[in-house]
Amino acid sequence: MKIDVSAGRLLLRAVSLGVCLIAWHFASTLRLDLGVVSFRNVPAPFEVANAAMDLLHSSKLMADIGASLSRVFGGFVAAAAIGIGLGLAIGRSRRAKDVLLPPLEVLRPVPAVAWIPLAVLMFPSSELSMIFVTFTGALFPILLNTIHGVESVDPRLVASGRSLGGGSRAILWEVVLPGAAPSIVTGLAIGMGTSWFCLISAEMISGQFGIGYYTWESYTLQNYADIVVGMLLIGLLGMGSSLLLRRVGEGLMPWRRIAGVVR
Amino acid sequence: MIAVYDARSASAGRIDIEHLSVALGSGDQAFEAVQDISFSVAPGEFVCLLGPSGCGKSTLLGALAGHIAATRGRFAVDGKPVAGPGPDRGIVFQHHTLFPWKRVVDNVAFGPKMRGVGKAARRAQAREMLELVGLQGFADHYPAQLSGGMQQRVEIARVLINRPRLLLMDEPFGALDAQTRRMMQELLLDIWSRVRTTVVFITHDIDEALFLADHILVMSPRPGRIIENIRVPFARPRHADLVVEAGFVRLKHHCLNLLRIGAHPDSLPRLSPLGLAQSLA
Repeated sequence: MKIDVSAGRLLLRAVSLGVCLIAWHFASTLRLDLGVVSFRNVPAPFEVANAAMDLLHSSKLMADIGASLSRVFGGFVAAAAIGIGLGLAIGRSRRAKDVLLPPLEVLRPVPAVAWIPLAVLMFPSSELSMIFVTFTGALFPILLNTIHGVESVDPRLVASGRSLGGGSRAILWEVVLPGAAPSIVTGLAIGMGTSWFCLISAEMISGQFGIGYYTWESYTLQNYADIVVGMLLIGLLGMGSSLLLRRVGEGLMPWRRIAGVVR
Repeated sequence: MIAVYDARSASAGRIDIEHLSVALGSGDQAFEAVQDISFSVAPGEFVCLLGPSGCGKSTLLGALAGHIAATRGRFAVDGKPVAGPGPDRGIVFQHHTLFPWKRVVDNVAFGPKMRGVGKAARRAQAREMLELVGLQGFADHYPAQLSGGMQQRVEIARVLINRPRLLLMDEPFGALDAQTRRMMQELLLDIWSRVRTTVVFITHDIDEALFLADHILVMSPRPGRIIENIRVPFARPRHADLVVEAGFVRLKHHCLNLLRIGAHPDSLPRLSPLGLAQSLA
């Protein structure tokens, strides 16, 4: 994506953000109460900024972020390995599709968050149950996008590969996998988003440490400014990991960046 | 420049086809695309299959490549029956099938890679082939960065690097503009004069067939049958002026008359050398 915006439009965007901040500031400091929604307990922007500074200087921050990152990493990597593996098999083989897809289709409509109670019962540690929920959240977007990517590989490319002497393993590695790669990366990016979402929910319910736990704990301890700090951190971490993933994807697919055609 | 190819055995590339039929589709949709075809091609010959759109010539080519199974009849290359696709029978499609994720040099080096040739050696071979098709400066480009004519030249290099017995071409220049097409026809003849292999070239363009071929096999509308085998007597090397000579025009008239026989008022949809979706191997 190319960002090419004139100074005027940038200014307009900055003003828009500023207006929102000011509205938040007055709504919270004036303890605005609209009946259906009340800002009485909402911390003001400067309180949030102070809380963020405090957190930044405490040792708690690294422990919480570290716990969340390692859970997301564990669940996501497992989902990527299993999702891409199953997706390749299902996309390539009718037999694998008939055997593997039905149970997955039954489980697919169940939101990963709905797994939390059962996951707590199934796994010996709450750590593993949270990783499992994160895994479940990421699995389906990765799996479905991989299947879609594999099935949309141009059959002429496969035929050409075979005519050039490629065996079935070579066709998978040299033709199908790179052909499906753009779709797989899309699945990974979506999966990264859903795995964060699932992790935060799991941490709020059964966690100790972790950024979701921190946010929920702030509520129970009535540190209202810290709630917003937690929310912002969650957004930041989710955005950062998706961005990282897209960058890695672009790095692995240099041919996708080509625009110009030589005549 | 390409001494590698002089050592090739002159006997490689003989085609024998006996009573070959190919049916496509299944159930009520089934139809015979190619019916009871018999012909032979001598090693190193350039044969054009000429026929109207949808007559089954691409299906026949797909059977030669091993992507479509024949329903009846026998088909052998150098005496050996064909079972499935293989690098001894290279196929070039109307639209290129280069791997978008591989640079030009690695696309061309794909065949040697499949044979287990090391990276440096196969790239050196690929560069040699690129020189043969006049694209030495484009080794590090991606296919999407090339024009249509250049993409087809890379495709030809990628197939010829395997030193195939047969070079199967399915209207390879059909999607190019007239100017580029003429240039590609001359280039192909030039390449073929240096890397001698049997060529089966599909076209519905009479001028193209007469310009390129030693023999033209004229096919009827579907179900495709061979209605005449025309020997093209023009001396080689051939040049663009050939198309206005009296002998050329005479043969062209003859071909035009043949193609009128049993011609459909509406042309049939084009078939693919990969058959229909169901018949994909």
